Amino acid sequence: MKSGVGAPTRARIPDKTLRTDRWWLPPLLTNLGLAAFVVYATIRSFWGSAYWVPEHGYLTPFYSPCLSESCLPGSSHFGTPLPELPGWIPLGFLALPFLLGFRLTCYYYRKAYYRSVWQSPTACAVAEPHDRYTGETRFPLIIQNAHRYFFYVAFLISIINTYDAILALTHGLGLGGIILLVNVTLLWAYTLSCHSCRHIAGGRLKHFSKHPVRYRLWTLISKLNVRHMQLAWTTLATLVITDLYVMLVASGVISDLRIIS
Amino acid sequence: MTEVERHPYDVVVIGAGGAGLRAVIEARERGLRVAVVCKSLFGKAHTVMAEGGCAASMGNANANDNWQVHFRDTMRGGKFLNNWRMAELHAKEAPDRVWELETYGALFDRTPDGRISQRNFGGHTYPRLAHVGDRTGLELIRTMQQKIVSLQQEDHAEFGDYEHRIKVFAECTVTELIKDGDRIAGAFGYWRESGRFVLFEAPAVVLATGGIGKSFKVTSNSWEYTGDGHALALRAGATLINMEFVQFHPTGMVWPPSVKGILVTEGVRGDGGVLKNSDGKRFMFEYIPDVFKGQYADAPEEADRWYTDQENNRRTPDLLPRDEVARAINSEVKAGRGSPHGGVFLDIASRLPAEEIKRRLPSMYHQFKELADVDITAEPMEVGPTCHYVMGGIEVDPDTAAASVPGLFAAGECSGGMHGSNRLGGNSLSDLLVFGRRAGLGAADYVQSLSDRPSVAQSDVDAAAQSALAPFNPTDTAENPYTLHNELQQAMNDLVGIIRKAEEIEQAIDKLQALRVRINEVTVEGHRQFNPGWHLALDLRNMLLVSECVARAALLRTESRGGHTRDDFPQMDSQWRNTLLVCSASGDGLVPEVRVEPKEQEPMRQDLLELFELPELEKYYTDAELAAHPGRTS
Amino acid sequence: MAYTAKFKVWRGDAESGGLHDFDVEVNEGEVVLDIIHRLQATQAPDLAVRWNCKAGKCGSCSAEINGRPRLLCMTRMSTFTEDEVVTVTPMRTFPVIRDLVTDVSFNYTKAREIPSFTPPKDLQPGEYRMQQVDVERSQEFRKCIECFLCQNTCHVVRDHEENKEAFAGPRYLMRIAELEMHPLDTADRVRPAQDEHGLGFCNITKCCTEVCPEHIKITDNALIPMKERVADRKYDPIVWLGNKLFRR
Repeated sequence: MKSGVGAPTRARIPDKTLRTDRWWLPPLLTNLGLAAFVVYATIRSFWGSAYWVPEHGYLTPFYSPCLSESCLPGSSHFGTPLPELPGWIPLGFLALPFLLGFRLTCYYYRKAYYRSVWQSPTACAVAEPHDRYTGETRFPLIIQNAHRYFFYVAFLISIINTYDAILALTHGLGLGGIILLVNVTLLWAYTLSCHSCRHIAGGRLKHFSKHPVRYRLWTLISKLNVRHMQLAWTTLATLVITDLYVMLVASGVISDLRIIS
Repeated sequence: MTEVERHPYDVVVIGAGGAGLRAVIEARERGLRVAVVCKSLFGKAHTVMAEGGCAASMGNANANDNWQVHFRDTMRGGKFLNNWRMAELHAKEAPDRVWELETYGALFDRTPDGRISQRNFGGHTYPRLAHVGDRTGLELIRTMQQKIVSLQQEDHAEFGDYEHRIKVFAECTVTELIKDGDRIAGAFGYWRESGRFVLFEAPAVVLATGGIGKSFKVTSNSWEYTGDGHALALRAGATLINMEFVQFHPTGMVWPPSVKGILVTEGVRGDGGVLKNSDGKRFMFEYIPDVFKGQYADAPEEADRWYTDQENNRRTPDLLPRDEVARAINSEVKAGRGSPHGGVFLDIASRLPAEEIKRRLPSMYHQFKELADVDITAEPMEVGPTCHYVMGGIEVDPDTAAASVPGLFAAGECSGGMHGSNRLGGNSLSDLLVFGRRAGLGAADYVQSLSDRPSVAQSDVDAAAQSALAPFNPTDTAENPYTLHNELQQAMNDLVGIIRKAEEIEQAIDKLQALRVRINEVTVEGHRQFNPGWHLALDLRNMLLVSECVARAALLRTESRGGHTRDDFPQMDSQWRNTLLVCSASGDGLVPEVRVEPKEQEPMRQDLLELFELPELEKYYTDAELAAHPGRTS
Repeated sequence: MAYTAKFKVWRGDAESGGLHDFDVEVNEGEVVLDIIHRLQATQAPDLAVRWNCKAGKCGSCSAEINGRPRLLCMTRMSTFTEDEVVTVTPMRTFPVIRDLVTDVSFNYTKAREIPSFTPPKDLQPGEYRMQQVDVERSQEFRKCIECFLCQNTCHVVRDHEENKEAFAGPRYLMRIAELEMHPLDTADRVRPAQDEHGLGFCNITKCCTEVCPEHIKITDNALIPMKERVADRKYDPIVWLGNKLFRR
């Protein structure tokens, strides 16, 4: 506290914050939420089975696209250009790093983990525990500027996920198909509500009036963008629910609720 | 000998509101070194409170608009008591001043073809107010503040010093103007932060200190509005005119008590809001005065059509000039048809969809939501009159803004004449720009024409310092400045308020006399560093002096006109139209003696007079004055 | 309706100071600034506080109430329970002058460092044509009342005095965004935003947006779009490659 609110010229107040509300609660919940997802996602990514329900065409997004010889028959919607993989490489290894990168560099998640994990700051007007701070001015955090590239890839992966969901529908309609569909819809909403997407679509323009279509696009994305945080959390939940459902059906614990078979 | 910081400048501008900043820009563009002194931080001046817009006949919304129409509206609004030359310059130059702001970076709301959008306002024939939602004043002040920064950047590039030609002395109060012989030599003041004294040695001083609202209990004005410029000018030997004309804005908040007086923009009515009494009746149709008969709709149906079709319908009387609306509300409340907290209802909720209200009046929505917990999209507002603006002020030359003391200039609310007996909404922002610029020019020309510079005598500095420190001297009764201020506000509000009568004004004058004695006994605790009690003690002298001008002028004017309503003389009197009441001060002491004398105004130039139809002029002028009008001669 | 509230108000100057306890009357509909004024009029006549319009339009009365950066005039007493202790301190990022008044000159210094509006040379006054959709983005930022609460709450300078030199703060990074989005401005401030005004320090934790009394979406609408523009210019290899290939 010698530097920040304890600096010699400032009002002499020993407390690191005088906030009386439960300012520590949101970062705590964020930490718990993120940790739960990371644990679940890690286990499932390395699990290596129960990701494909051949009779209904359900493929969990954690394993899409599945492109190696190790993939279960039928789960490789785009062929198997890759050879068999050793067991310690997740079958979704092509998409997962990009999806992880997309979320890690996402402007919302950055806020969330800078506050909760890194405590920089934990909450507004609460002194942070670090002596020095350089933000995103230098390596490694300067890499956050690559968010748009992760967005491009995430966009492609969303197309693949959409294909997966539609393919499932060609096997008839079941609860799993609806879950896949809802999940992919929300994934689209999250992906398109991205700040980089908003910038690319129209935000970078100086004159909206000269680009009416892009302005319209920007306006729509701006409306979604306001909900970027909610979508970020909802899609974490739907990803887990989708994967869990596919896992349970694939491993025979439950059977899919069929509506039209 | 008093310890003071000395700062030599060419021009010192006192007040950093719209007029002051515009004067700074102009004087600096002429190459002069300018100091701008303000009581608040830079960019906080009361101009930010202006909401509705800035009147300028650009003709963007209605091509029929031009300076002549604007001139006519202004004279009508002021009941023909205006200084016609000021009104003429104002109407002619306002569009240029607004366009100039765009080159400084201002972003007004736009018309579909990309020009500056203009909105309707009380007393203006056509949509005329350039605006940015309902925060036009903020846009003006920020734009000029940023222009000053950009000029400072130019100076930095040229001389390596941002403050080479313009320096802002923020949170600094001027308490005395200092003269060398009969001309201005400088200004003496103190830093609010440290209490240290500061002397500006400058041959020209521009006063742009705004109004006097803090002399009244219910006011939309901030603490800064203590009539400093008015009082400084009086004490320096200049004169004030029209001080009896104080505008009570018809729509101020009335509840809760802590925000009583805060303004509700006229834009609410311009955008469709209507006034209703407790019976739910739109009462304004019954208060159209004779002079405006024929120009306003006499039934709600026509008034409602006017919002969409202004060519074929007459405007709603909700948009009558402010003095008329304020009096009407006052009458309704007195007749027992007021709202629960002593105002009337202003209803926009039933007139526009909620989204539209939020879009057009964002800061009003915000203000009521956060200050009164009222959702204006769902329920009507409660409003009542609040002291808003003083039409009176320092008597100046219209073209140069020069006061009668050489080297002294004034612009904006603290100058007088432009608005006559009543100001139209939207005309103050344009007034700031037009006469702020002219004051800057006038001061620059004056300084450049000087053959020798005046000098400040040490004895004057010592005297000014002594007077400023007087509240720290122990006295027998140790009067509290807050108590005195309260009593002054109460007296002015109750006795020299919207409706006046002789005996009440006399009571007020007695009260002011008593305060005059007690003010010598004011003492403050603590030391000079950021001491609000001391600051108030000094401001109080100005408020007292100015209040006395208002009261004495109000007593003399035995008619009702614009912002001066006499219960005992309810009619407008043509014999009074051409008479200005001029205040001057004499004698020493903390608050000098006030004298008020009548003075005849120069007759309007013939070509301007001919812009009006004879029947209209006959409502205001005496027959003798109209003898030369072509309508009579032909 | 009136009750007696318990207040703790920080009093002191650059050398020393502390929280002082007051019991003070509160009436219906009042805001914290009313209570501070009542303290001045009745118990502490030399209590220093900066204020002006008392309607949330001038941004003078910035302070911290129960540790949260707020405008004194826009914090209604009804947001507290009657037995709650209300703590009022000066803003903790700027040097204190006395009591609730701080030295905010940092902000004026930073304001001067941002290159001003640069109008097109070929347009005369009165010839400016702009579409409403094109001015709206900048208009949002021009709602700013310069209360400096965002500057105060931003941890980059609040918690790190040494960053004040290199960081303009949310208010002035937003000013850059405002000018960049101004339809007629001709200057380019994108690289300087990162290299000179410290946009990279911002880790978009949104405290500036949280405290803004004008509800300006500083982070989403100004800072992130500026970061994206900087990425366009500095960190996008495709743009970089394009420049390499086609400009030489």
